[in-house]
Amino acid sequence: MHSTSKEPLFHISKRDGISRPKAWGIRLISVLLGLLVSGIVVFLIVKLNPVSVYVSMFLGNFGNKGRTWNMVRDMMILTCIAVGLAPAFKMRFWNIGAEGQMLVGGIVTAFFMIKCPTMNPVLLFICMIVGSIALGGIWGLIPGFFKAQWNTNETLFTLMMNYIAIQFTSFCVSKWENPFGSNTVGIINSKTKIGWIGNMFKAGYNSDFAWTVVIVLAVCVLVYVYMTYTKQGYEISVVGDSENTALYAGIRVKNVYMRTMAISGAICGFSGFLAVSAVSHTISTSTANGRGFTAIIVAWLAKMNPFVMILISALLTFLDKGAVQIASDFGLNEYASQIIMGIMLLFILGSEFFINYSVHFRKKSKEVA
Amino acid sequence: MKKKVLAILMCAAMVVSLAAGCGSSGAESSAPAASGSTASETKEDAPEEAASASDFKAGIVLVGDENEGYTYSHIVGIQRALEKLGLTEANVIWKYSIAEDESCYDAIVDCINSGCSLVVTNSYGHQSFAQQAAEEYPDVEIVAMTGDTAKASGLPNFHNAFTKIYEARYVGGIIAGLKLAELDADGKLTDKNYDEDGKVKVGYVGAYPYAEVVSGYTAFFLGIKSVYENVSMDVQYTNSWFNITAENEAALALIDDGCVIIGQHADSTGAPSACQEKLEAGTVVYSVGYNVDMLSVAPDAALTSPTNEWEVYYEYAFGAAMKGESFDTNWAEGFDKGAVAITELGKSCAEGTQAAVDEAIAGIKDGSIQVFDTKTFTVGGAEVTSAFATDSDGDFVPDCDEAIIDGYYHESYFQSAPSFQLRIDGITELN
Repeated sequence: MHSTSKEPLFHISKRDGISRPKAWGIRLISVLLGLLVSGIVVFLIVKLNPVSVYVSMFLGNFGNKGRTWNMVRDMMILTCIAVGLAPAFKMRFWNIGAEGQMLVGGIVTAFFMIKCPTMNPVLLFICMIVGSIALGGIWGLIPGFFKAQWNTNETLFTLMMNYIAIQFTSFCVSKWENPFGSNTVGIINSKTKIGWIGNMFKAGYNSDFAWTVVIVLAVCVLVYVYMTYTKQGYEISVVGDSENTALYAGIRVKNVYMRTMAISGAICGFSGFLAVSAVSHTISTSTANGRGFTAIIVAWLAKMNPFVMILISALLTFLDKGAVQIASDFGLNEYASQIIMGIMLLFILGSEFFINYSVHFRKKSKEVA
Repeated sequence: MKKKVLAILMCAAMVVSLAAGCGSSGAESSAPAASGSTASETKEDAPEEAASASDFKAGIVLVGDENEGYTYSHIVGIQRALEKLGLTEANVIWKYSIAEDESCYDAIVDCINSGCSLVVTNSYGHQSFAQQAAEEYPDVEIVAMTGDTAKASGLPNFHNAFTKIYEARYVGGIIAGLKLAELDADGKLTDKNYDEDGKVKVGYVGAYPYAEVVSGYTAFFLGIKSVYENVSMDVQYTNSWFNITAENEAALALIDDGCVIIGQHADSTGAPSACQEKLEAGTVVYSVGYNVDMLSVAPDAALTSPTNEWEVYYEYAFGAAMKGESFDTNWAEGFDKGAVAITELGKSCAEGTQAAVDEAIAGIKDGSIQVFDTKTFTVGGAEVTSAFATDSDGDFVPDCDEAIIDGYYHESYFQSAPSFQLRIDGITELN
């Protein structure tokens, strides 16, 4: 006789597979639950009506044309970094160095904007783009090389490379500070707008905005094609699944490591170019502003699919802007927005658990038995 | 068992209904908040209709929040100015903790898009982003507090403002000097407190090595010297406006080196608390703070703090912008208009300090005391006869506007931000 009393209240089992609509349903519910819980928390702490909090979040993103543009712009930059991380993650190479790769790309861009204002515009942009891609690529290649040659821990290595990049940025800011002593670079070429992306093909600056969207969409398509339809993309997924299988199949694993990390770093470096030339027109240690880390969540939740990354980036950017708006509207400080962001991320990440595992309660399993 | 299933089902039903309620919240957005309504909420729900007192709207872009002394003094100043002008919080959009990067530009533009006709930024590093916005939005008045490029930019809607804080620092120096004189007379100073030339050592924790700080510590030093001649001063930079640990460590290093007074031009309580700690341990050391009353962290060591009374400017600028009048491109006021002050004197201040303070403030007001009187200091052993105030070609070396007129350096005369950056004899920069 089997004893039901020893059976736990619930048990967890791995799902064999889950239909796509069901998975997205779980994600949607978790986002709504996250909003609900953060609303309750805000209400309990500061006694604000949760509905007006949500309204404020929405208006923070789409309250006027400027806000909408900023939201889309930031979303695209975040997508670009996440897309850069995708090849490395697909290979199970934990590149958490996007922050640094982005910063060095930004430094190169700012360098050309500050030092070569008289250069032919087309040539200037070629220098900025190639330079940021090259240095970002090198920044990614270094940990890739060490991993390939001596099997160093890539997580620690890429993380440490971030700190080098941040210090390097501080150094450059102190060299280029304007005005002297301010410890900031200020807006580069604010009068002439040289090196601003709207000036790429001809003088007569109008807007950076459309460029960011077009370019990042193009990068998404390229990376998607590269990962899905090319031999190299296939090699990446084989190496990611099993290094031994890859070796057996005759794939030169070391080369794949180095090549993929160079590509990953290059795209992140390119996002640094976009951040400086198309958005901020300045360089500081906050140019990356933690987005290199947020992008890890984006890439991971999107399961390395560049197009899904756009959606996830949109969600995270929406939450971020919304949280900042709440702080501004209701006189809360930035910690309030961080609490809300933290709650939302917990729920979004938690939803992956329920997608991968199903929970069986005792009653249900008894009936099955 | 059935009960538990029922309970789980009920929970699920509750969650779903709540989730559904929250999902539809977007549609209900136009409905006014029903419960727990507060003033700030009304502001959010009806930004356009809030024009009860005035439809004037000012955007305030702040580098910190109420936890940071410098920004806190701005917040207090703005709130007092609003009160005096009969405005309310609904007339202001607050942007807290805005970094000195592109997020500053975004914040300013967002204020403008939300209907602000005046936007104020409060940190020096905001300036180039403020100027960019001023260029693109000529109908909006933009103020970069503590900045210095408004005049050179030639933009009629771009303004700089600063107080004549050096006046208050000078008075702070007098208070410190009287304390030194008292300690000296009581025989409280030891050999360690004197440098090799036999002068009493004073320390100063500064943020950055540029004019704003140089002007401040020079005024402080000259204030000390006006009552106690035999001093020298060491300046230690932290390269940050707000870093409690670095300021604390810099102060401790100066105290260990024998400094008797620690002045500061940095925003935290790091230095005063270091003085308090050392004083309690038996070292003779006192603190002159900045921005906020330091008596709460250093009840025995704090003598006073020079402060800015920003409300004077905010009242002026808001008032002018409300009426659509133009206002100063460069605004700088001191004791005369009540724009600077010193905080309550600590209990450790020397006897007769209050009288000396009142006398000095009266002298500054009527012009009989000039802080940067060239007869009171030397550079390289010689009296200074010429010094420029303004940089015209962008290399950060002043090259025009002769500031030494009538025997004193005209500080905050050609521009609101401090420009005095001569390194006078008796002061040593340690880093």
